[in-house]
Amino acid sequence: MFGQQVVNGLMLGSVYALVAVAFTFTIGILNFLNFSIPGIFMVTGMATWAMLKAGVALPIVVVLGLALGAALSFLVERFIFRASTHSDHYVPLVGSMAFLILFENLVLIRWGSDLQRLELPFADTSMRIAGLVIGIPQVIGLLLAVGAVWALAAIMRRTRLGRGLRTIAENPETATLLGVRVGRVVPTVFIIGGVFTALAGLLFAVNYQQVSPFMGEEVALKGISAMVIGGMGNIWGAILGGLVIGVVETAAITWFGARAVDIGVYGLLLLILFFRPTGLLGGHAGERA
Amino acid sequence: MTGYLEGVFVLLAINIILAYGAFLPMAAGQLNLGVAGFVAMGAYIAAYLSNEYAWTPLAAALAASIATAAIAFVVAFPILRTRGIYLALATFALGQVVQATILNLNVVGGASGYPVSTFLGGGMVGAVALAVVIVVIALFHTRLGISLTAVSDDEIAADMMGLSVRWLQTVAFTLGSAVAALGGALYAHHFSFVEAQNFGIMASLYIVLYVLLGGTQTVWGPILGAAVFTLLPELLRGSASWRYVIFACLIIAVMVFRPQGVVTTGMLRRLLDVCRPRALPQGGK
Repeated sequence: MFGQQVVNGLMLGSVYALVAVAFTFTIGILNFLNFSIPGIFMVTGMATWAMLKAGVALPIVVVLGLALGAALSFLVERFIFRASTHSDHYVPLVGSMAFLILFENLVLIRWGSDLQRLELPFADTSMRIAGLVIGIPQVIGLLLAVGAVWALAAIMRRTRLGRGLRTIAENPETATLLGVRVGRVVPTVFIIGGVFTALAGLLFAVNYQQVSPFMGEEVALKGISAMVIGGMGNIWGAILGGLVIGVVETAAITWFGARAVDIGVYGLLLLILFFRPTGLLGGHAGERA
Repeated sequence: MTGYLEGVFVLLAINIILAYGAFLPMAAGQLNLGVAGFVAMGAYIAAYLSNEYAWTPLAAALAASIATAAIAFVVAFPILRTRGIYLALATFALGQVVQATILNLNVVGGASGYPVSTFLGGGMVGAVALAVVIVVIALFHTRLGISLTAVSDDEIAADMMGLSVRWLQTVAFTLGSAVAALGGALYAHHFSFVEAQNFGIMASLYIVLYVLLGGTQTVWGPILGAAVFTLLPELLRGSASWRYVIFACLIIAVMVFRPQGVVTTGMLRRLLDVCRPRALPQGGK
């Protein structure tokens, strides 16, 4: 029973982990808490449902979903981040909140507030290892999450783009002086963040077979807890934090009931912020990725 | 006054109070993303006092406001140790914890909501809102208010001028929470029902956003923001979702073109100069 809880928690955690990577990446490089991420998560989840219902094949849904996430995130960069580079520190944060509200209400207008169910032929395929039931789509999801982060870490470590991003994380002005084309590189942060968020949205829709216009605030916001627990700016920390939150949540549901979950998840966030604001792994994307 | 107009009027009055609840910490340079949590505390404490101890609505609202201020004062110490993004995250987490805790408190109905037995008329709500506006405006003409402005303009300079920045921020956070709780208590007694689901992160976002829309440099900004947020849907007559879409677009436009908010110190000064051509030369506040 306990083992099964851990397995379920890790599967849920891989969704939080992907969202947390998107949050932590933007904070690590640009020092920007992007509140539009839950909105992008929800839009891709809803779009996945709508496309599957319209009979689009799953691979095409995945590609279009990821492209949608990247495009929406790019929109946030153009309208909010680029415009407010020289404003007070809270301006981009506030602007990104407006995008969350915008996305949520546009979806409400288009599809209404109902919980929508997805019909997937392969959703219930599972395997049994040592008495534990493990869903195959969920294993794929977890592997995808780890693989995507590994790819991101490789980009950060080895490529010219990664070097540019690490320099911007240190100091944007110095980066400009050193010849990094900041105006070109910054949008890639948003596009990468958008892709990770969209991946999380797709994964959630496929694994849990239900989406709603409120899944952003209900699910993706917990990615913030995951990010802080892992250490803001640290992408491997985001994975660790996501898995921790997933297990904590599943355990809280079993022991205290579904309604106690948020006390646990956000209480943990509060305690970490008070006593260990650098999180479990600490550090910064620029230094550790 | 017709029922419809009274409904709009009461919402406007409550939204103005909530705006000041978010404005006071912002005037000291702090974004409170958990403001809805304090609104919920005020609403539930006041409702509990009315229901269980038969307090009159106004007494219950005042007591709830004071009790919430006490709680805010205590949590201000660990919360305000954090800054910038960490502060935004800590207040966000606090709001979520408060909401989740109320949802699990069966003594106040938990997730099914909490009916309030006594009723407070719209006139009284308006009168309290007016009193809050007057008190806040008066506050910003005292030494305390001017010090708060100094802190939000430049923390380091304010610190060097001998102001205790931490103390001022604690005071602003506590006062703001008390005002937010008062708004929540009035809401509970006028609408006779409170539901914790309505006091989540989205509620905090709306309050913070309309205050920033109006502008945080002057005490007039929050009134304008609350008025736009309340009256916009009545003028548009669309569905609730369209109202929020247009509101969000407005915020994005304001953040792009006028990130300091619609009402600014400079604008007020120019207006005063136009009205009184031979007023004092610039340089005063």
